[in-house]
Amino acid sequence: MNDRPSPVIADTTASPAISFPWRALLTALALCSLLLIVILASLSLGARDMSSHHVVDLLMAPDSSADSVVIWQMRLPRTVLGLLVGAALGLAGTLIQALTRNPLADPGLLGINSGAAFAVVVGLSLFGIDDAGVRLAAALGGSAFCAVLVYILGGSSNGKNQHTRLVLAGVAISVSLGACTGIITLFDSAVFDSYRFWAVGALNSPPPGLYSVLLPVIGLGAVIALSLGGKLNALALGDDLALALGAQPVQVRALSFLAITLLCGSATAAAGPIGFVGLVVPHALRLLVGQDWRWIMWLSPLAGAALVLVSDILGRLIVLPGELEVGIVCALIGTPVLLGLIIHFSRRSR
Amino acid sequence: MNIHVSYPSRLYSDKLSLDCGSTRICHDISVAIPDRGFTVIIGPNGCGKSTLLRGLSRLVRPSAGKVHLDGKVISDYSTREVAQRLGLLPQSAQAPEGIRVGELVSRGRFPYRRAFSTWSDEDERAVLAALQATSTLELIDREVDTLSGGQRQRVWIALALAQETPVLLLDEPTTFLDIAHQIELLNLLRNLKETGNRTLVAVLHDLNHACRYADHLIAMRDGRILFEGSPAEIITPSNIEALFGLRCVVISDPVSGTPLVVPR
Repeated sequence: MNDRPSPVIADTTASPAISFPWRALLTALALCSLLLIVILASLSLGARDMSSHHVVDLLMAPDSSADSVVIWQMRLPRTVLGLLVGAALGLAGTLIQALTRNPLADPGLLGINSGAAFAVVVGLSLFGIDDAGVRLAAALGGSAFCAVLVYILGGSSNGKNQHTRLVLAGVAISVSLGACTGIITLFDSAVFDSYRFWAVGALNSPPPGLYSVLLPVIGLGAVIALSLGGKLNALALGDDLALALGAQPVQVRALSFLAITLLCGSATAAAGPIGFVGLVVPHALRLLVGQDWRWIMWLSPLAGAALVLVSDILGRLIVLPGELEVGIVCALIGTPVLLGLIIHFSRRSR
Repeated sequence: MNIHVSYPSRLYSDKLSLDCGSTRICHDISVAIPDRGFTVIIGPNGCGKSTLLRGLSRLVRPSAGKVHLDGKVISDYSTREVAQRLGLLPQSAQAPEGIRVGELVSRGRFPYRRAFSTWSDEDERAVLAALQATSTLELIDREVDTLSGGQRQRVWIALALAQETPVLLLDEPTTFLDIAHQIELLNLLRNLKETGNRTLVAVLHDLNHACRYADHLIAMRDGRILFEGSPAEIITPSNIEALFGLRCVVISDPVSGTPLVVPR
């Protein structure tokens, strides 16, 4: 257009509008190095300790030794699963926080975990299925169903208390499905036993063929999530201003829900409901890099993956020769982190 | 009163009706916004001023009628195209906790950016110019939460200016400001209109401010336009009584010479 308002020449000696994102880049660098270390640790540590040098050798040139088999058939699949699940949960948690503007919102609060759990329990008790593939499909379907229900109840409206409605709808669905799950598992001890191990969140028994389902689903969710960062920045200014700036809140919300369902549903289906990752990751990243959802969105899969892998490694080491499930350790680590954040925030607002 | 669109204006509505839920707020409004003018919408609480503003900026979908922007029906543009031509500063705008002034204002560049694009020199120039025009350049590194009400409102206007739209709508920009900050803000808006080749539309509550700063007034009651024109033409005791049910005298403002409404 040639009739733009005539530009005012700005004073170029002033500091730039957006200072160079040193903090974000440093955080990215730190997370990448942490992730590399953690991946190596995840491959070396466990009931059978190996030096990292040995691990790298075996990764480059697998042989027929027992160490090689442990790495290639047990620890590598488990590490890759941890990376995928953690990245997915980090991204999903960031989306949920940006969408609800509720500091306590995580995948559990939107009823996604309870939808997956309910579907798994129904599958176990009605059809007696304990096949990993079917469980995956049931959990994915259950999360999707729940996400759609919560979205219809609370997410699609455009009103002023839209954020509250979203969270309330999630809590309502979550609690009622949790009750149904409780009733079924209470009266069927066989179902309860199989359900129990899934429900604490575990990475140790990825079923064969899992990655061919998991990778495309999480990949699609991640691409959607990463493309939404700028629009979520506009949405953070309120729906009216977002619309005036050309972002479409309804469309952004629908896409976010789609991405959350894909990411969270598949992560929960693969490893059980792992809490706290989706809650802690976006909070911690906001403290580190500020309010720009684009940076937080890019960093969240790194931070999520690192947190899940660290939890998994600790779970393997704390109770040797046994193991603590990753979901339990995440909660153990997540609680002090969350408390630290709360103390930090209350100091800041004072 | 039936108002005909008498000249092709950048922004005009044609028999526009707007609903909120199932209630009709604006009835059959045909109004043209004078180009490069400062238009102020006045009227009693709940008369549909803000809704009209939202309708003109496609935030409310018309129940009947159309809004035209630069020769096309506004809904025929993509939201991004509209956002490059028409800006709106709503009352409900909220700053994310802990955000700094420079970053907040830079979000006004959203209509010019793509999903994975980087910050351009053009974006930087627009943001600095907007900060300078609103005298908020020295606040660039401050957190928005720590600003005074007047500073914060100027920062919001800087965000709208960074959007670089020829048409800018403002919903009650002076609410919650003290009298000195109100005048400062209105001077800023008048200055923007005069130096910046912009068309401004604002909803204002203070009649005397509206008379002093607007060159075109739109007076609304019960979702309809009662009268419109320059302050000198339409601000009369009988019109004010019809509009607000308030008996008053109208004298000449000793400073600006514009109408001054004094309630009886």
